[in-house]
Amino acid sequence: MDFVDIIFVVFALIVVVSAFIVVFSRSIIRSAFSLLFTFFGVAGLYVLLNADFLAVTQVLIYVGGILILILFGVMLTTNVVSVEIKTGTLQTVPAAVIVAVLSGTIAGIFWFTEWHTAPAREGPTTKALGTLFMTDYLLPFEIASILLLVALIGAAMIARHERGTEGGR
Amino acid sequence: MESIQAILNNPYVFAALMALAPLLWILPYALFAIWFERKVSAHMQDRLGPMRTGGWHGWSQSIADLVKLLLKEDLIPAKSKHGLFMLAPYVVFVGSYAAYAVIPFTSAYVGSEINVGIFYFVAVSSLVVVGILMGAWSSNNKWSLFGAMRSAAQIVSYEIPGTLAILAVVMVVGSLSLQDIVRAQEGWFWNWFVFGKFPFLFIAFLIYFLCSLAEVNRTPFDIPEAESELVAGYHTEYSGMRFAMFYLAEYANMFAVSAVAVTLFFGGWQSPFGTFLSGPAWGVFWFLSKGMGFIFLQMWLRWTLPRLRVDQLMYVNWKVLMPFAFVNIIFVGLWMMIAQ
Repeated sequence: MDFVDIIFVVFALIVVVSAFIVVFSRSIIRSAFSLLFTFFGVAGLYVLLNADFLAVTQVLIYVGGILILILFGVMLTTNVVSVEIKTGTLQTVPAAVIVAVLSGTIAGIFWFTEWHTAPAREGPTTKALGTLFMTDYLLPFEIASILLLVALIGAAMIARHERGTEGGR
Repeated sequence: MESIQAILNNPYVFAALMALAPLLWILPYALFAIWFERKVSAHMQDRLGPMRTGGWHGWSQSIADLVKLLLKEDLIPAKSKHGLFMLAPYVVFVGSYAAYAVIPFTSAYVGSEINVGIFYFVAVSSLVVVGILMGAWSSNNKWSLFGAMRSAAQIVSYEIPGTLAILAVVMVVGSLSLQDIVRAQEGWFWNWFVFGKFPFLFIAFLIYFLCSLAEVNRTPFDIPEAESELVAGYHTEYSGMRFAMFYLAEYANMFAVSAVAVTLFFGGWQSPFGTFLSGPAWGVFWFLSKGMGFIFLQMWLRWTLPRLRVDQLMYVNWKVLMPFAFVNIIFVGLWMMIAQ
């Protein structure tokens, strides 16, 4: 086992163990915090695949954005209703059936697909990604930007509206 | 000699050494900076500050404090969430230490020469926010939670104009690597980016500097630990070594953002006088002294300016810094296009 293999095993273990905690933990905030390690482990795996830009984006978007949003959501709701949100087991039999079917499907896909593997490409990816965004994938890129802009304006409108009614009372 | 070479060629040893090297700077620097902050604040308020410990101007006060913190009982509130409570200070410190991986201390040493350097720096600082939220929530204390909420809102929103200001420099250099950015500022000090594309990169520097103050929770942006309202903010419940970890992380973060300001706008490890006193060893000297200059500037501001209110804080970010940062980027882009 060389150095890169050991690092891979470490990151893979981090991802798998923390993902288990996310799923099986009783307290939802513990799940949210162990999601942090899952995201970081996945970013590490991206680095090992030479996808440097993707790895950093993963940390920036998922840890810096989405995870903090989740934590805010959980913390604020817990403190308002002063009930600790727990995850429990309900509907055991249908859940077991669906899980069995799903995991069977995934295992089937995993075994019967012919995976195309190629050695990871060396060198920086940022410039190539930028060029592709501005040439071949310009339309999807612009549509995604407009979608985000609409969401942004929508969020601002909702926030404004609530403050307006409070002031009117 | 050969055996030493053989040990250094071992990838594990080499990786460990490269990873631990910034600690050699952070630990003595933190001790010095804590003493220095007390001295600066004292002299600004016409006092003397600590004078007794160690003799000359109380120079060993921080060492005495460190020993005290090491010996202190590690208090854990009964109703805290133990695991997360104990983990949080380390998450915060890992977040601020991870940033040091890409900081170019000199032309010969940078922890990891990755070509997305500055982007990585922006991304890992978000780990600090998660650590702060973790510590505050698990303390089960409302002051802590208030402090963390303010801190998270502040760091997340000030990240945006800060990153836009960084983007202006990246556009000029055409690279995200911090070493490339430093090399692009070669020569005398008027080649530094703070004077480049005048005045656009100077505006970018001002925006970045203000945002970096907010990111490390320094006055005038220190509402997360406003001691007159929130006791001590997110680390209210911490004591002993865990409190020291928070403190160390805060000072490490202060130097990290200063180092990035130096790298982006003040020539990094370049000598201000062309080839005079340049080279890898002098590079460390220039880099650290420029960084310490920024540390002094941060302390100076802290003891000069009053703290902003929460709504003023958000006003400054979204309605002042943000439009300026955007317009700035457009002008830098136009300049680059015309220059081509």
